[in-house]
Amino acid sequence: MAKGGVSLETKFHVLAVDDSIVDRKLIERLLKTSSYQVTVVESGVKALEFLGLLDDKNGSIDSTSHSATQNHHQVQVNLVITDYSMPGITGYDLLRKIKESTSLKNIPVVIMSSEDLPSRINSCLEKGAEEFFLKPVQQSDVNKLRPHLLRGKA
Amino acid sequence: MLGFGAERLRAYMNRLLALLFHQGVLDEQFLQLQQLQDESSPNFVSEVVNIYFHESEKLLRNLRGLLLDREFSDFKKMGSHLNQFMGSSSSIGAQRVRNVCVAFRAASEQSNRAGCMRALELLECEYCYLKNKLHELFQIEQQRILAAAVRYPPVQHPINNP
Repeated sequence: MAKGGVSLETKFHVLAVDDSIVDRKLIERLLKTSSYQVTVVESGVKALEFLGLLDDKNGSIDSTSHSATQNHHQVQVNLVITDYSMPGITGYDLLRKIKESTSLKNIPVVIMSSEDLPSRINSCLEKGAEEFFLKPVQQSDVNKLRPHLLRGKA
Repeated sequence: MLGFGAERLRAYMNRLLALLFHQGVLDEQFLQLQQLQDESSPNFVSEVVNIYFHESEKLLRNLRGLLLDREFSDFKKMGSHLNQFMGSSSSIGAQRVRNVCVAFRAASEQSNRAGCMRALELLECEYCYLKNKLHELFQIEQQRILAAAVRYPPVQHPINNP
């Protein structure tokens, strides 16, 4: 997970979230071929934990916590790509938590879904998702991430 | 002489793949997987597919377990397993397996237990066929790699060659 040194400076770090083990393998490979540093987690809760948005003491979501600020203990995440349909915290919930967080709201979030529902797509985009990818996600989709990442680094 | 086998094995692989595409067993997504395989990840396709097999067999056992239970009524849970199966099948390009899952899910949404039972049998059949064919594909690929290695052994350069 957290590695010290030069590599964090030069590569974009993408956090991928999916409860499907097959899809985790796929998205990890897709992201690595684009030369991104990748962290893959299996749930929204693990994602919030990784982002520092989870108050460990009582498990509640703490979006204003100082631990959420990206200091040298925190690994920097440049983009979050998440599945929509997950048990527990859905991709939409995760999107909302990130966008409502004072420290992390500028991180671009991308939603993946196997269902092509206009209402779902619209609500995600309205909540601040940059892109909505239909599964199975392909290289052409992952190529669309770069502009969002470059904007963030400016 | 052994190296000659590599070409024939490649041709056999291509014919087998063409057949599977023609039958609709595999779709374009499988090609996407192959494109993700390279020197840095030389076994990517078989790795993903083996993960898929492992997960699928678990789901099939769960589905069978649910349906064989005389007091079964949890169609929602069945739907949840099917969504998972559909998703992963779609991700590796297992088109026919995915299509049977769609029909199975429809029967499940209508609480049609007999329909679900029929769909499960068909699903097991399709899955079995897919697994056999993909295993065959991977075996031929392994043989082809070995045969190609024999044909192109490392070259020894003479010492005084500039």
